Amino acid sequence: MANRVVIDPITRIEGHLRIEVEVANGKVSNAWSSSTLFRGLEIMLKNRDPRDAWLFTQRACGVCTYVHGLASVRCVDNAVGVQVPDNARLIRNLLMGAQFLHDHIVHFYHLHALDWVDIVSALQADPKKTADLANQVSPAGKSGVNDFKAVQTKLQNFVNSGQLGIFANGYWGHPAYKLPPEVNLLAAAHYLEALRLQVHTARMHAVFGAKNPHIQSLVVGGVTCATDLNADRVSEFLFLLKQTKDFVDNVYLPDVLAVAGFYKDWGGIGGTTNFLAYGEFPQSEKEPESLMFPRGAIFKRGIADVQPVDVALIEEHVKHSWYEGDKALNPAHGETRPQYSGLDVKKRYSWMKAPRYKGEPMEVGPLARVLVAYGKGHEQTRQLVDGTLKQLGVPVEALFSTLGRTAARAIETKIIGDAMEGWTMQLVENLKKGDTKIYQDYEMPETGVGAGLNDVPRGALGHWIEIKGKKIGNYQLVVPSTWNLGPRCAADKPGPVEEALIGTPVADPKRPVEILRTVHSFDPCIACGVHVIDPQTNEVYKFKVV
Amino acid sequence: MEHEKNLNKRLEQRGVSRRDFLKYCTLVSATMGLGSSFVPKIAEALTSPQRPPVVWLSFAECTGCTEAVLRTTYPWIDTLLLDTLSLDYHEAIMAPSGEAAEKSLHDAVKKGNFICVVDGSIPTADKGIYGMIGGRTFLDIAKEVCPKALATIAIGTCSSYGGVPAAAPNPTGAKSIKDAIGVATLNIPGCPPNPVNFVGTVVNYLLFGKLPEVDDKGRPLFAYGKTVHDQCPRRSHFEMGEFAPSFESEEAKKGYCLFELGCKGPETFNNCPTAKFNEGTSWPVQAGHPCIGCSEPGFWDNMSPFYKSL
Repeated sequence: MANRVVIDPITRIEGHLRIEVEVANGKVSNAWSSSTLFRGLEIMLKNRDPRDAWLFTQRACGVCTYVHGLASVRCVDNAVGVQVPDNARLIRNLLMGAQFLHDHIVHFYHLHALDWVDIVSALQADPKKTADLANQVSPAGKSGVNDFKAVQTKLQNFVNSGQLGIFANGYWGHPAYKLPPEVNLLAAAHYLEALRLQVHTARMHAVFGAKNPHIQSLVVGGVTCATDLNADRVSEFLFLLKQTKDFVDNVYLPDVLAVAGFYKDWGGIGGTTNFLAYGEFPQSEKEPESLMFPRGAIFKRGIADVQPVDVALIEEHVKHSWYEGDKALNPAHGETRPQYSGLDVKKRYSWMKAPRYKGEPMEVGPLARVLVAYGKGHEQTRQLVDGTLKQLGVPVEALFSTLGRTAARAIETKIIGDAMEGWTMQLVENLKKGDTKIYQDYEMPETGVGAGLNDVPRGALGHWIEIKGKKIGNYQLVVPSTWNLGPRCAADKPGPVEEALIGTPVADPKRPVEILRTVHSFDPCIACGVHVIDPQTNEVYKFKVV
Repeated sequence: MEHEKNLNKRLEQRGVSRRDFLKYCTLVSATMGLGSSFVPKIAEALTSPQRPPVVWLSFAECTGCTEAVLRTTYPWIDTLLLDTLSLDYHEAIMAPSGEAAEKSLHDAVKKGNFICVVDGSIPTADKGIYGMIGGRTFLDIAKEVCPKALATIAIGTCSSYGGVPAAAPNPTGAKSIKDAIGVATLNIPGCPPNPVNFVGTVVNYLLFGKLPEVDDKGRPLFAYGKTVHDQCPRRSHFEMGEFAPSFESEEAKKGYCLFELGCKGPETFNNCPTAKFNEGTSWPVQAGHPCIGCSEPGFWDNMSPFYKSL
């Protein structure tokens, strides 16, 4: 007899997510992902000034801040037909890179780590052994016996206070935790270190973007930080970048490998089948040709056969979502209306729609990007992926898993951090030549359509706009977490997280830490994921998807 | 003397250097407009043996306000979490999920004497079904928890005034906490607000046992007492009539006033120009972008189009 387990709220994510699973013989046999918040940003955008859209859409998410702002200005740039200056492209890339670095570090340490790391067990560690271990795996600072002793004392005092705060009621002592106390202490120390490091990483945004979260230096046509294009600001940015890169190279990557070494079985759990990447980081005005992470789709895990992407073949399904109707509709001919009918996993159970590409659910995000880049022969990706597999002693199939997804996130963090140095130096070269242009003026057209395809920390992100009478006629976002965490489609095919959960072991249904491992490996961002058409006019779907 | 020894000992136990700590206390004191004689009192308040319990509820929000608080450096966020407050419920960073998480909320509320912090507004249309946690509407949860708190702090413009979910045509009937459930809130608006203003408010509470003085919109005067315009370093350009006519103009490169490009600084009360963001690195006007008025009620409708001058 199968047991039903409901986890609501799923914590350590952005937003409001509910996961229901069926457990039979100690393993997940079926799963349903529901998002339980709906705000309706697209409705608000109607009839507003297209130049304002990015300020609204950036508020889709404050964790993946910036990305919906960038996606929007790119989309409106496209609609008004403006080519942004080279410096604007570079600064936008640098801000995007900083976002990836920040997002992935915080995800690993503060959103995901507690699924693998038993913080209470760290109290039993011998700090000397932890220091020895730390020194074996990397030359990172703050790795002496006294450093780890200090962390242990801090934790012990915290526990002694009897006020456990965010750590109360955790799954400590659960049999699924496999790390020895010494590794738990290492990770606990880095959890705290990363809390401080991320402050500096985010500060990169403030240098050319005014503040973080929610930067404020983008505009349609370029960027605005005219008075920040000087040696002081560039040095400040490089300093902060170096500090973060040191952490990525000497702490984050070694930690992922150290932890993964104890969880190799998770290289066979939590995989999906199909992958989609729009690609990101334009190296010139030519897209998608110049994208550092290439665009591509992979079906049935065929990484040797990366296919081109035709976004006209994207459909959004609502059979299991809280909208009227049940047909698989092309976005150009949609006629759906929101209709809440109570949560019933047999019928309708989410505010998210179910996007499909060529009828298939597609995983998006770090693993999709890394697989597409690997398949297309991106040199640094191949080296890092092969090196990681070799070091862990696992086959290439292990990439299709919760472990693979987590490793891919770390790998691309390194690739992006390395590339950012080059982009900063290109900016310096331009400034040296006297090229300080960061904005290109344009005329707002009476009518027009535009698209912005982006690949952001959580995956493929598309914004579409239709301009009517110089105002927003329609605006649509199809976002990563909808791809990954959306419900079943018209053909009843499970979404990626629903597929990934099947087969996950569950030792104790009351303390389902294993389920969290796979759910968190997708880095769910629910506020982004939920968007809806206009209930009165149904016009949001009248897009020519380009 | 004895008192000082105790403080030093507690700081030492927590791995904080006295020098760093007092530097922080001085900054908080300055932000709050208190004299230097308050520095030791702030230090004492921040290291009290029993940490005040905080229950943080997240409703129709984007988590930007939580991220903003994670950027605090005076004190660092780990200090705030481990040494200053007892954050007993916060979905974005707490260890447990599901039933175990609900237990944390239940325990904290039952124990009482907690401060409630809320980010996000509350959808009220259609009986609140546009936002649910654990099968309950945000509306129900807020109605149960907020009235039991010692005080409710609304962080961000959404919980303070409705924010982006309430922008016209407000598809979900989103309302501020005060308007949705009728409890008084202290508001720290901003999209998101500067964490300095949140921490300053918390310190005020720890120090004086009450929330700071507020204006008629529920905002602490120490942070929201003056307009952005009155504190703006580009104010002299405004007085001289030196305006940037476009983002690519020479005037923009010279750092002239952004009024004609739509700056809402004259109608916005906040301390952005003096506190700045992310360790004092910058703020929107410094980065060449007009203020959008994000700490004012209804700014998404009242201050837009954002690139049109007042």
